[in-house]
Amino acid sequence: MNARSFFLTASVLLLASCRQDMHDPPRYRPLAASEFFGDGRASRPRIADTVARGGLRLDKRLYKGREGGALIDTIPMPVTRKMLERGRQRFDIYCSICHGQLGDGDGMVVQRGFRQPPSYHLDRLRRQPVGHYFDVITNGFGAMAGYASRVPVEDRWAIVAYVRALQLSQNATIDDVPAGDRSKLEGR
Amino acid sequence: MAQIFHPSTNTIARVSIFGGLFFAGGLLLVLNEINRSPYVTGVNVARQQPVPFSHKHHVSGIGIDCRYCHTSVETSSFAGIPATETCMSCHTQIWADSPMLEPVRASFRTGESLRWTRVHDLPGFVYFNHGIHVKKGVGCATCHGRVDQMPLMYQQNTLNMEWCLECHREPEKYVRPREEVFRMDYQPKEDQRQLGARLVKEYKIRKLTDCSVCHR
Ligand code: HEC
Ligand code: HEC
Ligand code: HEC
Ligand code: HEC
Ligand code: HEC
Ligand code: HEC
Repeated sequence: MNARSFFLTASVLLLASCRQDMHDPPRYRPLAASEFFGDGRASRPRIADTVARGGLRLDKRLYKGREGGALIDTIPMPVTRKMLERGRQRFDIYCSICHGQLGDGDGMVVQRGFRQPPSYHLDRLRRQPVGHYFDVITNGFGAMAGYASRVPVEDRWAIVAYVRALQLSQNATIDDVPAGDRSKLEGR
Repeated sequence: MAQIFHPSTNTIARVSIFGGLFFAGGLLLVLNEINRSPYVTGVNVARQQPVPFSHKHHVSGIGIDCRYCHTSVETSSFAGIPATETCMSCHTQIWADSPMLEPVRASFRTGESLRWTRVHDLPGFVYFNHGIHVKKGVGCATCHGRVDQMPLMYQQNTLNMEWCLECHREPEKYVRPREEVFRMDYQPKEDQRQLGARLVKEYKIRKLTDCSVCHR
């Protein structure tokens, strides 16, 4: 092999080794590790006692489910069919693995040994105001972790509305069905 | 003086000029093959992780939805990797003493991040966005494969430009109804050609092949 072809081969190989450098430019991607910051995180946590632009949350009813310290008993958002459907979807993602699809408290994780949550259809829970449900999702309750970081506020209210719908559905009687639709239930 | 070269060297010279072409072509082919090999693209190589987290157990075993952990996948470019608190919403009680989960508990106690090794890694000059793909009906499994059957995560597709374009040129071959995006065992109920054509109209899916879509 003469010098010329040696250099040719070597530079082709060198080019190939440029690859990773050009592929990983010196910028951070979400949740990347960083050597610059003390805690090793490129994604910075919010500084204590600051409010992000657009993040001011003065509406206590909407963001805390409370009014003057007491839990509220009306959902502070318009309840529509779309919202209920969103609530069902979010409930199935975040809650059904423990509480079960019907809210009985026998989800898959419970069958694998997690503490059994109470059924939503107990009288005690049926009497709770909606604010209580919002509060449990936001802050957790006993053995249950809070979901504030994973479920945005509007979705939390949608889940609350859907839980109410579940409670109604499990305690419905034939009188709740519009007269015109009753025959369908009786299979006629 | 005797001749240095025997007349037969003429043939050798001709053959080597001719053969050089093949050699150069062959070299290119080999480089191309290396470029597409698992060694470079990382396809099918399971990465070691600080905790041997199994999608197989959590997704098909327990039935947890992708979004329980990858919360931002519908709305953002980044799918999101679960925080330690997410693991601990179950593992405070399940396998709470398992040594396998010690790194998770240590991270929970100290507030120090778990350091997962990236499996899919596009070059920095490529822009990718999960949100749009979820909204237009591209299933997780179309790009990531049967995640629910992976004891350890590996990359199913090359993530080469060629691979992205294959779908961007003909999205109708791959799209599915939006509600089915997170289903791992989805099978089209009707002929994919008809379904695809209908969905492309309904979701107004464009054929995005301009360079500036991905290189911006
Ligand atoms: C990891 C399992 C798990 C998940 C997921 C979960 N929960 Fe719970 N939940 C529990 C357990 C366990 C309890 C009982 C807690 C206790 O009594 O210590 C509970 C209790 C509750 C209660 C009753 C509180 C009371 O007054 O007794 C409500 C309401 C509730 N959960 C709502 C939800 C909603 C809504 C979601 C979805 C956003 C959800 N949970 C997700 C495990 C879970
Ligand atoms: C219980 C939480 C959990 C659930 C549910 C979950 N994942 Fe993951 N996922 C993780 C964790 C933790 C990682 C990082 C460790 C790893 O790569 O295995 C990860 C990594 C991944 C990666 C690779 C990321 C990378 O580094 O490139 C993909 C792709 C992925 N998940 C897809 C899915 C899909 C699709 C689903 C739904 C079928 C799903 N995940 C459900 C926790 C979860
Ligand atoms: C919704 C509840 C839930 C969440 C969230 C969860 N796990 Fe698990 N995990 C389980 C259950 C239940 C098992 C037992 C699996 C079985 O019995 O098949 C388990 C088992 C495990 C095991 C034991 C080995 C195995 O795969 O069976 C590891 C390791 C583990 N989880 C890691 C994690 C990590 C890391 C996270 C956070 C990204 C996480 N888990 C989040 C419920 C959960
Ligand atoms: C069109 C193909 C495609 C689809 C569909 C897709 N992904 Fe990805 N995913 C990718 C690519 C490409 C990357 C690498 C991104 C990078 O390196 O910047 C990735 C990375 C990830 C990661 C690592 C974190 C990140 O965002 O970089 C997770 C987790 C993930 N995907 C989960 C999912 C889940 C869950 C779904 C289903 C909703 C999904 N993906 C659908 C192509 C896809
Ligand atoms: C299986 C099909 C499929 C694959 C594979 C795929 N895409 Fe897409 N991509 C789509 C569809 C469908 C759209 C939506 C087109 C539209 O907006 O009408 C899209 C849109 C996009 C957009 C536009 C986002 C915006 O904001 O305009 C980008 C960027 C993109 N894809 C990047 C990629 C990259 C990078 C890869 C390879 C790593 C990839 N895609 C692989 C189907 C795919
Ligand atoms: C659908 C998204 C997409 C579009 C559109 C696209 N590219 Fe790419 N391109 C990629 C991805 C992904 C890679 C990274 C491939 C890899 O990792 O090897 C890439 C890599 C490249 C590279 C670098 C190759 C290397 O190995 O370093 C060049 C050059 C390039 N693209 C040029 C173009 C040009 C020119 C166009 C327009 C004709 C274009 N791309 C359109 C996704 C795209």
